[in-house]
Amino acid sequence: MRRYRFVLVRPFQLIPVLFGISVITFVLVRLIPGDPARILLGTRATPTAIANIRAQYGLDEPIWVQYLYFLKNLAAGEMGKSTLYKVDTLKLIVTRIEPTLALVVAGVVLALVIAVPFAAISARRQGTAADHAIRIVSTAGIGFPSFWLGAMLIILFAVRLDWLPVSGYGDSLGDKLLHLILPGLTIALSLSAVITRSLRAGMIAGLSSDVAVAARARGMPESVVFWRHVVPNALVPTVNLLAINVGWLIGGTVVVESVFAVPGLGQLMVRGIFSRDYMVVQGVALTFAVATVLINFLADVVTVALDPRVEL
Amino acid sequence: MIVAEDLPPGAATAPDTPVLSVQGLAVSVRADGAERPLVEDLSFTLRRGETLAIAGESGSGKSITSLAIMGLLPPPAVRASAGRVMFGAKDLLRLGEAGMRRIRGDRIAMIFQEPMTSLNPVMTIGAQLIEALREHEAISRAEARALALAALKSVRIAQPERRLDQYPHELSGGMRQRVMIAMALALKPDVLIADEPTTALDVTVQREVLDLLRDLQRDMGTAIILITHDMGVVAEMAERVIVMRGGRMVEQGTVGQIFGAPREAYTRELLAAVPRMGDGARRPGLSAPETTPPLVARLDRVDVRFDIRGGFLGRVTHRVHAVERVSFDIRAGETFALVGESGCGKSTIARAIAGLVPHEGHLEVAGRPLKGLDAAGRKAIRRQVQIVFQDPMAALDPRMRAGEAVAEPLVIHGIGTEAERRARAADLFARVGLPPEAVERYPHEFSGGQRQRICIARALALNPRLIICDESTSALDVSVQARVLDLLEALKREFGIAYLFISHDMAVVENIADRLAVMYLGQIVEMGTRAQIFGNPRHPYTRRLIEAVPVPDPAHVRPPGPRLSGEVPSPIHPVGRGPQRLVLRDVGGGHLVAADAVAEGVAA
Repeated sequence: MRRYRFVLVRPFQLIPVLFGISVITFVLVRLIPGDPARILLGTRATPTAIANIRAQYGLDEPIWVQYLYFLKNLAAGEMGKSTLYKVDTLKLIVTRIEPTLALVVAGVVLALVIAVPFAAISARRQGTAADHAIRIVSTAGIGFPSFWLGAMLIILFAVRLDWLPVSGYGDSLGDKLLHLILPGLTIALSLSAVITRSLRAGMIAGLSSDVAVAARARGMPESVVFWRHVVPNALVPTVNLLAINVGWLIGGTVVVESVFAVPGLGQLMVRGIFSRDYMVVQGVALTFAVATVLINFLADVVTVALDPRVEL
Repeated sequence: MIVAEDLPPGAATAPDTPVLSVQGLAVSVRADGAERPLVEDLSFTLRRGETLAIAGESGSGKSITSLAIMGLLPPPAVRASAGRVMFGAKDLLRLGEAGMRRIRGDRIAMIFQEPMTSLNPVMTIGAQLIEALREHEAISRAEARALALAALKSVRIAQPERRLDQYPHELSGGMRQRVMIAMALALKPDVLIADEPTTALDVTVQREVLDLLRDLQRDMGTAIILITHDMGVVAEMAERVIVMRGGRMVEQGTVGQIFGAPREAYTRELLAAVPRMGDGARRPGLSAPETTPPLVARLDRVDVRFDIRGGFLGRVTHRVHAVERVSFDIRAGETFALVGESGCGKSTIARAIAGLVPHEGHLEVAGRPLKGLDAAGRKAIRRQVQIVFQDPMAALDPRMRAGEAVAEPLVIHGIGTEAERRARAADLFARVGLPPEAVERYPHEFSGGQRQRICIARALALNPRLIICDESTSALDVSVQARVLDLLEALKREFGIAYLFISHDMAVVENIADRLAVMYLGQIVEMGTRAQIFGNPRHPYTRRLIEAVPVPDPAHVRPPGPRLSGEVPSPIHPVGRGPQRLVLRDVGGGHLVAADAVAEGVAA
């Protein structure tokens, strides 16, 4: 259990990291050109009305005073009132977090479902037609942008074949899952390409490693050699690669959510940016940052679980 | 093919019947559309309970032969192209994968050179043992666990119950090789193929593992094919010997005949190249010079410690005491050797002298203390000290031509013009015995010995006062090693260089060193001239090291010493504490030995 002690220690070490992230997002949002009050009231607003709104949302204060208000609100469980939605940003985020989370999880699960068998076939039949075919599909997965890929999937599976819904996010669980397939697949196709390449390389190295030769010399069948002695060792470096990509993916859901009209954080972010809704933008950015930090923490836990040599 | 159920244990009962017979075996590799032979026309028989050594240098085909017997040649490029491998009534080459699988690990088992990398790092020792047992026997998990425990006990591993639940990285190299042996012998195979089983181990650990193998063989009657490059191991272990070279058998005979009356010239050359303890004594010693040669390096109570951080705030909680209070001098034109087992701090000292790790205490090179030097001063010192590493392939940039590599130190230190540097490189190539056209070639186009010559030429480029040879000949074949050692000796006489020669091989040290220090856990336990240390070893650890060296003479009877076991203690201590410091006492003529009280502690 000593190896897992970092699970207790690490959250405290993350406090300064999160503090730094909050400062950066807070300042960056305010660097976006445009005045939220003016955008909220439209072009014909009087200067008095604008000044009122600015005072109401605290926008007339110096930036560091605004930041202190932000911290004070955060301590009280609030992220500041959205100028666009007129409710607290934290409430908005809580209602929007589920679709995004579900989308990311669907993307990662589908990516693994694709990548592990693909990598296994590729590694065990290195240089064959199957290996080349998988390489081509993988390269294509990396090459096509997700907005194009998503649109193509909609045309094929939703419009032509009419198997799956075009867009949106359902109400019941089954309906939600159905709605998640196409956006999840869009994410998975590019994500799985990266994972397949990494896993394949690790598996090929593992198949000719001393561990594999020694296992064969003990009379282990090739399937045992592969799944018990090669794959677990190849997974270790892939976990970190996956964590890096998922961190990047969370920001990337903005595009996929737009294409499939999934009412998640990405969509909220886009609306927030267009209306200079500072509270929403910084709130969502902070949420993304926290999620990325948590995913890397999770990856560390998984790495420790997979590899007994790792001490953190 | 139908595989008969009566596997061979019943087939052969008489002690002299062959258990394995290889007939006209040929192995070839397909590369660039052509078949190239790796092993040709190899025939031998292995009798029940005997030890047959296959000896040879790299590229002789000895390891390929073992993989061919096991049916583990890497497909599809390498394959057995002719011959038969008869195990009882079965030809293993034609048995097919399913049939081979039943034999592998059950009737014919194998252990490998690298116990560090042959065990799966993410599975416990117990899980790996149980997996192998249950693959061959229809037994429950609990029964397999009991058998696994018995197997670990049979290899005399300390705390066997605890080992079952440990991971490979928690065990030392010697313990891991014991685990490999336990796995291989758990099912009492008829044949054990041991491919360089002790090459990666320290000499005292090698001694323990060889003793263990011999005892187990006596108990179980397992026949052993011992594949090794080490003629000392051959002489100690084998009853019969096959000498291989370039994929062909050169000679075959009993161990007495091979060592006593070798028929073939190659066997004689091979045996002549083996460094033997005692050869050094016949070499003329340093003719006592009228004046004491100048100091090249001086260490006075040097410590090297590495911090280990831990806890909530990442404070230093422990330190690795890698080098502790080490003092010695190296003078111009002498070879000073540091010997000891892995982790004793000998390489760390080399790094400290080269300024690559920070140290405490006083350390001077060419009359200048290393402490407090600015960048220019450090660069100047590095002209005086060069290192030749163990693995020349890893020490050379694969994308740099050999000539460029040798001229690079001159470029770094801004010496000479392009043309002058090229001339110097050509000159150095001639000096180390490489053809002039070799300057244009890349490292992968050379053999191992030639690569080490390139490294030596590179080390000579700056005319250093001191060359550190860190296990520089350990990775080379014995015949190549002998030539490289001769080259080092010649260069010393010609240029008056001093060597710091770091080695685990007592026989090599005995052949090349003028003076030496024996290290244990970061401290020197004995230091003196070659004659003093080898003629009159006073410290028990020194004696243990010398006695552990396998002697390439089958007639040699090793004095019955206590069976060694146990692990080297850890050099890691909490902050503020440290190892007990040894006090060196002069027992005459500058022969320094750690004081007895402490010596007893080391020997225990």
